Amino acid sequence: MFEEYLSLFIRSIFIENMALAFFLGMCTFLAVSKRVETAVGLGIAVVVVQSITVPMNNLIYHNLLKEGALGWLGLEDVNLTFIGLVTYIGVIAAMVQILEMTLDKFVPRLYNALGVFLPLITVNCAILGGTLFMVERTYTFGESVVFGVGSGTGFALAVIALAGITEKMRYSNVPAGLRGLGITFITVGLMAIAFMIFSGIQL
Amino acid sequence: MKKYKDVLFDPIFNNNPIGRQILGICSALAVTSKLETSIVMSMAVIFVLSFSNLSVSMIRKHIPNNIRIIVEMTIIASLVIIADQIIKAYAFDISKQLSVYVGLIITNCIIMGRAEAFALQNPPVVSFIDGIGNGLGYSFVLLVVGFFRELLGSGQLLGYQVLKLSTDGGWYVQNGLFLLSPSAFFLIGFMIWVIRTWKPEQVEEE
Repeated sequence: MFEEYLSLFIRSIFIENMALAFFLGMCTFLAVSKRVETAVGLGIAVVVVQSITVPMNNLIYHNLLKEGALGWLGLEDVNLTFIGLVTYIGVIAAMVQILEMTLDKFVPRLYNALGVFLPLITVNCAILGGTLFMVERTYTFGESVVFGVGSGTGFALAVIALAGITEKMRYSNVPAGLRGLGITFITVGLMAIAFMIFSGIQL
Repeated sequence: MKKYKDVLFDPIFNNNPIGRQILGICSALAVTSKLETSIVMSMAVIFVLSFSNLSVSMIRKHIPNNIRIIVEMTIIASLVIIADQIIKAYAFDISKQLSVYVGLIITNCIIMGRAEAFALQNPPVVSFIDGIGNGLGYSFVLLVVGFFRELLGSGQLLGYQVLKLSTDGGWYVQNGLFLLSPSAFFLIGFMIWVIRTWKPEQVEEE
């Protein structure tokens, strides 16, 4: 039991890294990776939101949407999975909004540090992607908690590492056409190759 | 007429959503390991993008400003559900290969970005054409990347063997790297390099 969770956790951070193996959250990933400080802010925000929304959507999927899940209402034949997408994005938007208000009220320092990244997380594909993978792989509630924390951490790790590399690259002489976006893509490609060494690790 | 033409063709090279505006990259990379999936994905994105632009533009004068994001999200999500159901009904195999990425069109920033930046200020017809134009710009990148990845990775195009593989007695040794995720990053990086060398005004300031 514990070993299974540990294995899932390691796998979601390193082997199935959201950003480098599944290309999720790329837009924010590339836009924010210019400075380490902002990258850390974004990373923390993603971990927090991901660890809340994935288990939350897991509960909704298993108790309301899945075929036969509404049996307690006497509606055994109802299958609501087709409205899943609207539901998940609604839950994510609502969670981000609530989190924003809570942080503003109780932890203003963290709220200011996260700044504009918190609302932007609603449209970050890593968050919705996490939920969709959870549904596709039919995780149980416990697994979804572990997967949420793990995949969020994996994304944070990748974005902070890329920001570190980009900061160093300011001193190098990049060909004019590659400057900015082009060289970032190639750097991310090299990072993705580096992360591939983790594949095949079995715990 | 000229305006419509500009709106339609400008996003393909001059203002490409992926190369210039840095929008919608996630799905561009993930579905391109084969040409077939790239084509289906492109069609789904063009459909959702043009109709979301049209719908948002039609009700733009009635949306209260502070809840516009939620309204746009709902429109986009409904259109994505339609696209998802159609793909599942008529191309089930491809829908399995695309896995979660069709659903992820909702969070594809091109769609949200064009709704915010264009459809909210412009009348329906131009917005619809802008949607198609940006969809084509996105498809252009997807198809080029998909073409090279399938051709160099497995020697095939749309499932037909184009280059004869050395394992079957031919000459082409397949390059497995092109089937893996990092190659998409390299291909898009080099594509941006080519476009920016061709059109130097797109080069970023140091």
